[in-house]
Amino acid sequence: MQTLGLAPWLVGLPLAGAAVLLLGGRRTDRWGHWLGVLASTAAFAVGLVLLADVLRLPADERVAVHSLGTWLEVGTLQVDAAFRVDPLSLTFVLLVTFVGTLIHLYSVAYMAHDVDRRRFFAYLNLFVAAMLLLVLADSYLLLFVGWEGVGVASFLLIGFWDHRRENAVAGKKAFVMNRVGDMGLIVAMMLMLWQVGSLSFGDVLGAAGGMSTGVATAIGLMLLLAACGKSAQFPLQAWLGDAMAGPTPVSALIHAATMVTAGVYLLVRSAPVLEAAPTAQLVVAVVGAVTLLFGAVVGCAKDDIKKALAASTMSQIGYMMLAAGLGPIGYAFAIFHLVTHGFFKAGLFLGAGSVMHAMDDSVDMRRFGGLGRALPVTAVTMGLGWLAILGVPPFSGYWSKDKIIEAAFVGEGWRPWVFGTVALVGAGITAFYMSRLFFMTFAGRRRWESEGEGARHPHEAPFLMRLPMIVLAVGSVALGGLLTLGGGFTTWLEPVVGHAEHHDPVLPVWLIITLTLVLVVLGAALAFRLYAVQQVPVEPPASNALVRAARRDLYQDPVNETLAMLPGQVATRTLVYADRTVVDSAFLRLASGVRRAGDGLRRSQNGYVRSYAATTLGGLLVVAAVVWALAY
Amino acid sequence: MIDFVAPTIDWAAVSPVLVVLAAGVLGVLLEALVPARARRSVQLVLTLGALAGALVAVALLWGRVQEAALSVVGGSYLLTPFGLGVQAVVVVCALLGVLVVADRPGGQDAFAPTAAAVPGSTYEEQARRAGLEQTEVYPLVLFATGGMMLFPATDDLVMLFIALEVLSLPLYVLCATARRRRLLSQEAAAKYFLLGSFASALLIFGVALLYGFAGSVRLGAIAEALAGQGASPLAGMDVLALAGVLLVVAGLLFKVGAAPFHAWTPDVYTGAPTPVTGFMAACTKAAAVGALVRFLFTLAEGMDAGTRHGVEVVLWTVALLTMVVGTVVGVVQTDIKRVLAYSSIAHAGFVLVALVGFSETGAAAVLFYLLAYGLATVGAFAVVTVVRERLTTPVPDAEHGAASAASDTLLGEATHLAQWAGVGRKAPWLTAAFALFLLSMAGIPLTAGFIAKFGAFSAAVDAGAWPLAVAGVVASAVAVFFYVRVIVLMVLTPPADELVPDGGAPDGGAPEAAGTDAGPDAGAAAHAVGGGAPTGTLTAAPAATRTVVTVVTTPGPAALVVALCAAGVLLLGLLPASVLDLAGQAAKFVP
Repeated sequence: MQTLGLAPWLVGLPLAGAAVLLLGGRRTDRWGHWLGVLASTAAFAVGLVLLADVLRLPADERVAVHSLGTWLEVGTLQVDAAFRVDPLSLTFVLLVTFVGTLIHLYSVAYMAHDVDRRRFFAYLNLFVAAMLLLVLADSYLLLFVGWEGVGVASFLLIGFWDHRRENAVAGKKAFVMNRVGDMGLIVAMMLMLWQVGSLSFGDVLGAAGGMSTGVATAIGLMLLLAACGKSAQFPLQAWLGDAMAGPTPVSALIHAATMVTAGVYLLVRSAPVLEAAPTAQLVVAVVGAVTLLFGAVVGCAKDDIKKALAASTMSQIGYMMLAAGLGPIGYAFAIFHLVTHGFFKAGLFLGAGSVMHAMDDSVDMRRFGGLGRALPVTAVTMGLGWLAILGVPPFSGYWSKDKIIEAAFVGEGWRPWVFGTVALVGAGITAFYMSRLFFMTFAGRRRWESEGEGARHPHEAPFLMRLPMIVLAVGSVALGGLLTLGGGFTTWLEPVVGHAEHHDPVLPVWLIITLTLVLVVLGAALAFRLYAVQQVPVEPPASNALVRAARRDLYQDPVNETLAMLPGQVATRTLVYADRTVVDSAFLRLASGVRRAGDGLRRSQNGYVRSYAATTLGGLLVVAAVVWALAY
Repeated sequence: MIDFVAPTIDWAAVSPVLVVLAAGVLGVLLEALVPARARRSVQLVLTLGALAGALVAVALLWGRVQEAALSVVGGSYLLTPFGLGVQAVVVVCALLGVLVVADRPGGQDAFAPTAAAVPGSTYEEQARRAGLEQTEVYPLVLFATGGMMLFPATDDLVMLFIALEVLSLPLYVLCATARRRRLLSQEAAAKYFLLGSFASALLIFGVALLYGFAGSVRLGAIAEALAGQGASPLAGMDVLALAGVLLVVAGLLFKVGAAPFHAWTPDVYTGAPTPVTGFMAACTKAAAVGALVRFLFTLAEGMDAGTRHGVEVVLWTVALLTMVVGTVVGVVQTDIKRVLAYSSIAHAGFVLVALVGFSETGAAAVLFYLLAYGLATVGAFAVVTVVRERLTTPVPDAEHGAASAASDTLLGEATHLAQWAGVGRKAPWLTAAFALFLLSMAGIPLTAGFIAKFGAFSAAVDAGAWPLAVAGVVASAVAVFFYVRVIVLMVLTPPADELVPDGGAPDGGAPEAAGTDAGPDAGAAAHAVGGGAPTGTLTAAPAATRTVVTVVTTPGPAALVVALCAAGVLLLGLLPASVLDLAGQAAKFVP
């Protein structure tokens, strides 16, 4: 590959942008946001050049590693600062830089009135750099640097408006829960060092086949823990909803399209380890299935438009995890769904941002309604994204999600029936809550005041915001179909994830498709009846236990607080108490003992030469006596 | 007729000592010949030149001495690599110490105008007004340095004794010459002299016993006698040998300042002029430890297991006791010079830890330790010389009827710890340097002290003396307390300028209380009151007169020393490799 040397620039350009914006301070306020856009665009251009170069090569030469030299060397461990350019990392590079650039553009207008816009762009650039490092790294250790980098950027951006306490708390919550996952990655790396003695992908994945099942399972489960933290999967899902406190472009880029999918990337990248550990693989699929339903149920009850979208993100990533846990037949579809989801979910979030822009930052869907006429462009672009996520043919979600549902039905024993049914039902619920979101916002009677106090005057967003929405909407419509043409995307990924043998599902494919579509139509129709035809109450009505539970995220916070936080707090308080009463008091007693001894010994220092001489002589005699006693 | 055969003398081998002692003799002559006005400059140039010359001579000899020890006059002077290493440490510390001696903060040096005058007499006041200076301190420093360089470089116990006296006598005199608190200074000198004589007597008694045992005063011959060879009629009487060794070791440990032979240290360090304290704390300890290593390591070769075990027991006991006394009593001190004095006692203990086992690594660790300790000590005492009391007396202005102008008089050093509160705000750089010295003494990583302690303790562990190393680490931990307490006081505590009451009685008002540890309050009062005024100038103080603590920050030799020592401490802490290599070379064949 001639252009392989460009790979470090992918990380370097946005990083340089962030550095200039952060170090330049207020001086860069006037043009800083454009520098941010430029850095992201340049990275996208570099990505395109690399893509063109890779496409020229035959499939088996498409994996290349570019090393910048030894990064660190400790004992026998040597880690190179190496970048891996292959179809999988390039897919991510293009997704991150393309969607990232669009969202940079959107943010120029969205954040126009924020005094800290420059800082916002610095963090966005930092995120892009870290995310690209994460996907380009050729070793788990370098990946970990990017992994932590996106965590930091996410923390900084969730708490961007940290003058409000709950935003700062949300940032902290995301950070802490991510740390739990990070521990998994650290432990996984330790296990790799112990077993393989190396952290580079080539060594570890090459040795995966030779590992004992126990070790492979341990590594796989630890990697899964890491993925759960980053990708908001059960049981580490609780931070994603709160993360919506960040500015909406952040939610679109980081918490929908890119960062939260890093867990899926990690698992697909580590596929050989998972294949050596069937138990871990099964757990991955189970986690995906559980999260899929969890997110879908929560999404049905949320009245906050961003939180409903966040629940949907969680659920969609659940699909990807499920696919990643299905083995070779699932990997390509997991990534495929990840890409299409990145487009339509980012589009949906940007649409939500446009609605909030129009409604003075209100997010309560019960006070929207009938916005379709006031915001035609937003309604159309979000509508296309809605159809895509529903999986309506020929929109892009259909091509990717339907493949996952089909793959979930493949296998033997109970698994295809359970996973397939979950995926199928999930599609129906998805249709219901996404339609609920769409109809509550754009259809029905308007539930906001146009006059008097608290009046809203919805208006379409400026062009800079509309343009990215339109581009993403086009992607939501066409991307899935385009990438499916001739099995293009799965073939493209084959050098990384391997070729998947075709297996027949336990049900005929036509039946699966029909069932899916029927459920989708049913869900959408139900939502239409409830939220477009019937009047939506402005105040959430008292409801049955399931709805109340879903509104409270199925009690994820109380559960976490009881199971994790409370024992932790008790443990720390006990330790602090023990430290004060045992350690401190022992230390203080020692200190006062030394002081008392000093006071006592000091008396001998009385200033009289005669007593000093006596001390000297007495000391000599004592020493002599000791020697005498010991030696003779 | 006996044919007189002139001995052939390897002048090059003697040159480091010779340069220093010759310059001392020359300095005494210059006192008589050079006019008073120019004396100080001439003496200073001569002294610095001689010490620099000695350093060059040491460097030139370094390679030669690696091949074989240089013996002059049948071993009376025996230059081993280790002896040369100690000479290097002594000369470096003496160079820095002389610069502090030469410092004149506020226009006056630290020495009495005429040391012979009765404190508080008219004669003294006249001498002060005439601006006399006691420039004899420079030759005295040179003589002491010469003795110190000879101390670890001899194979002859008589020569050892002579070297001891050559280094001690000038120090006794120097201790008595402080410009301020003269009674305290003279008391210190008298104590040092009496106790030093006592220790010398112990040492020479030990020499006599060893001579009786071995029939020779040569260390090599004594070692052979211990091993059961040689022709002495008393050979085999190991009791005699052991008693002799014990007495000589006691005499040397007295100079090292190790417990239970340490009692003089705090009083003398407090009473002596601070530049002299810095000089003798660093150099005497280096020389005495060098002599101790030379003596013990040579004799250890000839000892049987029992005797050797006995000597090791002595070292263990003394090291342990010294570390405990130095740190524990150091904790309760209220005077900065006494804190540093007890710290120097504790360091004597840490150095001794490295000695047990009589190994080459131990000797190398000792050399590095002495250099690290010497740099930090000279630097710390240099800082003490510039933290001063200042007497401000408002002068009533007749026209305006208000106290608009004030006359300032720079007084003595503000040595009470309470006066050091808030010094960090008055002189941040100096405080940073002082903190660095204290941290190095405490053995905090990235400073020279850490590497030094690490080397000393690991040498002890190698020799199987791990309980001693553990005790050393514990003692270091306790010592951290009083070092850090001073830093906290300087940096975090607000200054208490009005703490000290009006200047009261003339100098030496409470000499009995001063110079002891007996009562902290009495001691504090003595420093606050007795140390208050320059000699004899004080009349009835006006009501508004007050004493404030001030730091003399005008650039002078002392400031240069502080900077050099700080740089040295940092360099030895960050890049110790080359110096460790040199120390390793010097310890190659120890005796």
